[in-house]
Amino acid sequence: MSGAPRVALVDDHELFRAGVRSELDGLVDVVGDAANVADAIALIGELQPDVVLLDVHMPDGGGLEVIRRLRASGTASGVQFLALSVSDAAEDVIAVIRAGARGYVTKTISGADLADAVRRVHGGDAVFSPRLAGFVLDAFAGAAPAAVADRDAELDALTPREREVLQHIARGYMYKEIALRLGISAKTVEAHVSAVLRKLQLSSRHELSRWAAERRIG
Amino acid sequence: MISGMATSGGVAAPRDLRRDPKSGMVAGVCAGLGKRLNVDPVLLRIVFGATTLASGIGLVAYGLAWLLIPAAQDAGAVSATQVRRSRRGAVEVALGVGFLLLAALLAFRELGLPFSDVLIWPLTLVAAGGALIWRQSIVSPGAVAEGAPLAVSRAAASASAPASAGGPAVAEAEPRPVVISRIGIGVVLVIAAAIVFLQFSGALAAATDVALAALVVAIAFGVIFAPWVVRLATSLSAERAERIRSQERAEVAAHLHDSVLQTLALVQKRASDPREVAALARRQERELRSWLSGAAPRDAGERRLAAALETAAEEIEQAHGVPVDVVAVGDAPLDRDGEALVAAAREAMLNAAKFGEGAAVAVYAEAVGARLQVFVRDRGPGFDLAAVPADRRGVRESIIGRMQRHGGRATINASPGGGTEVELVVERSAS
Repeated sequence: MSGAPRVALVDDHELFRAGVRSELDGLVDVVGDAANVADAIALIGELQPDVVLLDVHMPDGGGLEVIRRLRASGTASGVQFLALSVSDAAEDVIAVIRAGARGYVTKTISGADLADAVRRVHGGDAVFSPRLAGFVLDAFAGAAPAAVADRDAELDALTPREREVLQHIARGYMYKEIALRLGISAKTVEAHVSAVLRKLQLSSRHELSRWAAERRIG
Repeated sequence: MISGMATSGGVAAPRDLRRDPKSGMVAGVCAGLGKRLNVDPVLLRIVFGATTLASGIGLVAYGLAWLLIPAAQDAGAVSATQVRRSRRGAVEVALGVGFLLLAALLAFRELGLPFSDVLIWPLTLVAAGGALIWRQSIVSPGAVAEGAPLAVSRAAASASAPASAGGPAVAEAEPRPVVISRIGIGVVLVIAAAIVFLQFSGALAAATDVALAALVVAIAFGVIFAPWVVRLATSLSAERAERIRSQERAEVAAHLHDSVLQTLALVQKRASDPREVAALARRQERELRSWLSGAAPRDAGERRLAAALETAAEEIEQAHGVPVDVVAVGDAPLDRDGEALVAAAREAMLNAAKFGEGAAVAVYAEAVGARLQVFVRDRGPGFDLAAVPADRRGVRESIIGRMQRHGGRATINASPGGGTEVELVVERSAS
């Protein structure tokens, strides 16, 4: 990474955009903002920011729609998405991650933590809040290594180490602390989290979608 | 005749006249009558048989009795087969009435009575169609008035059973289209009867002109009034949708008023105390979230791990103004050991809130298999268990002692990077 990541902010609440802008001021480079899906697509296509902070809930389709359309048109291949929402609803979390977001944080996050999350996403890592870690553990809970023979089985279950890392995130540990506790490097922790993200995005287990549907609003 | 007793009496006594299809030969008319009159049904069967052979009147009487006397409900609840049978009932009865009347009329003609084809066929059709329509429309109001589910008790069924067989169960279980199409068939039969009659009597030619005129007038009126009717229908449905919407809006408004607006008013009053404001905001957020998720009120039904921890977190948060975040994986009903676990977790949250210097408390609960596990972590300066004075009952008694008494364990770890984590584990008893 060179310098501060260039960040675009997509949220339909002006007050919130202003708040995030002032919180991130000096920590990252906020290059633009948009208040709806159409503006967001135009803005992102034009500015090609490093990271887009994306509100999940917007009147005209929300963050999910933004990611889908940009991915479909292929105009934002170098852009990473970090979802940002007041909603902890499991279906929103899973949907936006599966669409391609690299992480999910709630809007109550502090400015410093948000800037940290932005840098991490920019560096290609995944950002799991404790709640997201809990959702993922829950989603994969039924997937005991029963279907090992399956070709996709590798995608359908977490390794013991990945579970351990996720549990620590859910317990409120930072990556560095997890590394210390488990006696591994912070890079390895990040690798585990990224692997979990990949499984979350690529697994075709219908349990995943069914799980999300059952918890319609977390 | 017989049917008059059953129907116009109206009062349904326990010893009401009922057909008894189970012990009957055909439809249980004789068996039922015999039971009611204390006569051997065989005698009645002979009477019906004899009158049928003599003039056909016995057959007609039997058919009418079949139609008009309700079948006895033998079990406490209406069985599924009975319901199925009574669904087909309307068509069978209509056919039966048609054939019976046909038989009777043919018999009369054989006896030399002045019946011609002009009367026989239309009357047969009218009888069948009429029976179909009539039956459908007498069954429905009774069923609607009853409004009870299929599992009608015997008492309820016999107290309000309409005067036709199958009673309350018929229309209730039937989809609307079936009822409508059956009435439609009845109407077609009656109209066909009218046409046949007119055809035979030679009046059809004259009737055609009248019918044509009527048709033309009807079409004209239709064209004139169609837009108005359509508009009326659409405005009615729009009005209904609007009413539903406004009801929903009122419900949401009522909830927001009781919760969010109250909190906002409090926030304005306490604006000088940021911690209080943050606590108010978080409490409101919790409440709104659980309302949005349609969660049942917390006090309803059995206590479960996740909800109990959430409640404890909320209480601590309110009392100490420290955010407490609960993440739960899996869930389980709480037995006594589980309750002890929650109580210990609450104590740990309390400690974390008190000594964590205002930093957020993270609670993680996992219910996998028979094991319940709770981690409570704060980011405060941490404390050394050995240095905690023996008289401080909080940690030793409420957390460690309590867990041990319930066959679990509590571990307290100072975390690298600061803060303290309390780990609580208990095995759920197999129940």
